[in-house]
Amino acid sequence: MQRIGVFVCHCGTNIAGTVDVKAVAEALQYEPGVVISKEYQYMCSQAGQDLIKEAIKENNLTGIVVCSCSPRMHEATFRKTAAAAGLNPYMVEIANIREQCSWVHKDIPTGTEKAIILGKAAVAKVNLNAPLTPGESPVTKRALVIGGGIAGIQTALDIADAGFPVDIVETKPTIGGKMAQLDKTFPTLDCAACILTPKMVDVAQNDKVRIFSYSEVTDVSGFVGNFEVTIKRRARYVKEDICTGCGLCTEKCPQKKVPNEFNLGMDNRRAIYIPFAQAVPKVATIDPDYCTMLKSGKCGVCSKVCTVGAIDYQAKDEYLTEKYGAIVVATGFNPISMEKFDEFAYSQSKDVITSLELERLMNAAGPTGGTLLRPSDGEHPHTIVFVQCVGSRCASCAEKGKEYCSKICCMYTAKHAMLIRDKYPDTDVYVFYIDVRTPGKNFDEFYRRAVEEYGVHYIKGMVGKVSPEGNKLKVRASDLIDGKQLHIDADLVVLAAAIEPDKSARPLATMLTASMDTNDFFTEAHPKLRPVESPTAGVFLSGACQGPKDIPETVSQAGAAASKVIGLLCKDKLTGNPCVAHSDEWMCNGCSTCEKVCPYGAITYQDKEFRMPDRTVKVRRVASVNEAVCQGCGACTVACMSGAMNLKGFTNQQIMAEVDAICK
Amino acid sequence: MENKNERRKEQILRMSGVNPKKCMRCGKCSGTCPSYDEMEYHPHQFVSMVESGDLEPLMSSPSIYKCLSCFACVDRCPRNVEPAKLIEALRLTVIREKGANHLLADQIPALLDEEMPQQAIVSAMRKYSK
Repeated sequence: MQRIGVFVCHCGTNIAGTVDVKAVAEALQYEPGVVISKEYQYMCSQAGQDLIKEAIKENNLTGIVVCSCSPRMHEATFRKTAAAAGLNPYMVEIANIREQCSWVHKDIPTGTEKAIILGKAAVAKVNLNAPLTPGESPVTKRALVIGGGIAGIQTALDIADAGFPVDIVETKPTIGGKMAQLDKTFPTLDCAACILTPKMVDVAQNDKVRIFSYSEVTDVSGFVGNFEVTIKRRARYVKEDICTGCGLCTEKCPQKKVPNEFNLGMDNRRAIYIPFAQAVPKVATIDPDYCTMLKSGKCGVCSKVCTVGAIDYQAKDEYLTEKYGAIVVATGFNPISMEKFDEFAYSQSKDVITSLELERLMNAAGPTGGTLLRPSDGEHPHTIVFVQCVGSRCASCAEKGKEYCSKICCMYTAKHAMLIRDKYPDTDVYVFYIDVRTPGKNFDEFYRRAVEEYGVHYIKGMVGKVSPEGNKLKVRASDLIDGKQLHIDADLVVLAAAIEPDKSARPLATMLTASMDTNDFFTEAHPKLRPVESPTAGVFLSGACQGPKDIPETVSQAGAAASKVIGLLCKDKLTGNPCVAHSDEWMCNGCSTCEKVCPYGAITYQDKEFRMPDRTVKVRRVASVNEAVCQGCGACTVACMSGAMNLKGFTNQQIMAEVDAICK
Repeated sequence: MENKNERRKEQILRMSGVNPKKCMRCGKCSGTCPSYDEMEYHPHQFVSMVESGDLEPLMSSPSIYKCLSCFACVDRCPRNVEPAKLIEALRLTVIREKGANHLLADQIPALLDEEMPQQAIVSAMRKYSK
């Protein structure tokens, strides 16, 4: 028989406001096994914990029930308290009488009644608890960073700096991500390439970092400290270790009509290409969708001009499997499609562009060599209209836009408007905004400079309609401050498109069993206190895959993720979770159902010899659980038809005892 | 008086199914409205005036009949506020309180004209019948 202590917490008035804690303590005193029942103002305080410790020692308690807040909050605290008093930490049960009781009930009698029931359930469970000891597992001292944008690059550099090897997997032929496409960065107007490319070179030259470009993660198994990841290295038809990046092939390739994705399709590239001059790795890649040699076997020009013989038309996709201790997700973002916003005529006119397209049009390495020209006729635009929040803060159009604020648009639009007015003072620039959101160091000052020093017309209101007429774009918009409807004949309209997580994020989250929100942003373990960790142990988040972010925020989050990874890789052994599945081999009928439902691959079957009651030996096929791999999800215990599978700490008997206590 | 106004507001919101609190004051409705210049009060003002219960000036203003019922504001509103439905409910409230139809279905054939788009006839029914 257990000797159980019950400790009821007031949590100030959080619990005591709607639950009569004294009545709860008194009611639970007479439950089977309970030898002592107390209440106290704050059980989690030092004094509260001391009270528990003393009670354990004085009464020789074998288990305790703490009626307090959610176990997510303080289960760890009270387990430590119990351990300090010599009790096995898994002999502690929490009855959640705050989140699931006092916070959701309004009157004291109902709240109190429910708190007593929850307490009784916990007592019933502790009566069946058994001491558990967690196992240990080793840590592979290598990290994987998925995504090679500024987030991934910074995380990899910081991890490598601490002395741990890191691999970066990037789907594009080069690392650099979205930042490589930008022209200038706010609020300092540094050239994006000038601050990014040195970091790309640092990564390339760091002997702790390996870059798998033009590659993707196709499978992840294992668990924190021991992930096994399959990486698909797509065939680039150019030998990466031989190609010198001289670029001769990209000049001679006769297939000239391939839309250049780096310039968002505003100019063309060849079928063999290097995305941009500072690409890392600086290696050519053949686009199999356009290469005539790969499609019809006729051409071979690149292979003839290549002086080092790097071209390999026979190349195949390769798969490699690596082990990692930690995985950082840095899959980034993309602007949403503007096709569905008919009112802005994006699909009808070449002169309606997105902000990212404008970045390329203003970039010295872009399709116009840095001169701002209209995509339709190459003329200099004199009137430019910027439309903010296109698809952002959009509740009505789940199929078109996003409900959240994309956060970066206000600042980059101020930057664009300022740069245009600086370079082309004869241009009229209008910015239509709903709100200007500029929280950040030197951000509001930057926006005010655009208005006050550069004379950008900021108009509170929204553009309702853009209609192409002749070589003009007729813009109809409201000016809410002056109470007018404006009609502007614009030469160029720039849409600040909402941003969304990269499409690769969702399948990746499934592979990692990492959780996501409804917008496909990765969820952090705690929105305030654990912002760079996924709830899945060993998976960390860096950059815009977790939510819209600008570059400074991304870099600081990347560093934070790296420090969490370093903290993990520094450990030689990890303590596991003892609440794992266990099979009663005498009851197991060898049906394999549990093996099929286990999402972690933790269950295997083996033939085992059993000594039968009649002294014969029988070989039976039974399930066995790899405790290091098992995550304690409980799927097998539900699926098991013979009732052989049980989750330690949450056995079927314990759960039924709780249900009985509640229904009594 | 206070009560009557409250009842009216309640009725207008129920008839239209519009929740004016969803409006984020972006002004896209007024930016998109083809009759903007004809109106004394503009689509975004309809929404905020109904929300604050300022109904008298709206109901006595010709603006409510200037709305073409083209529903561009409904289509483009990023917050699903649907200003045209609100304006329609305002019109119906005025007509119902007067207790008469301004346009009966029987009168329509006489008014028909070759060039009149179907939508205009439907809109006219929306605007002038209770």
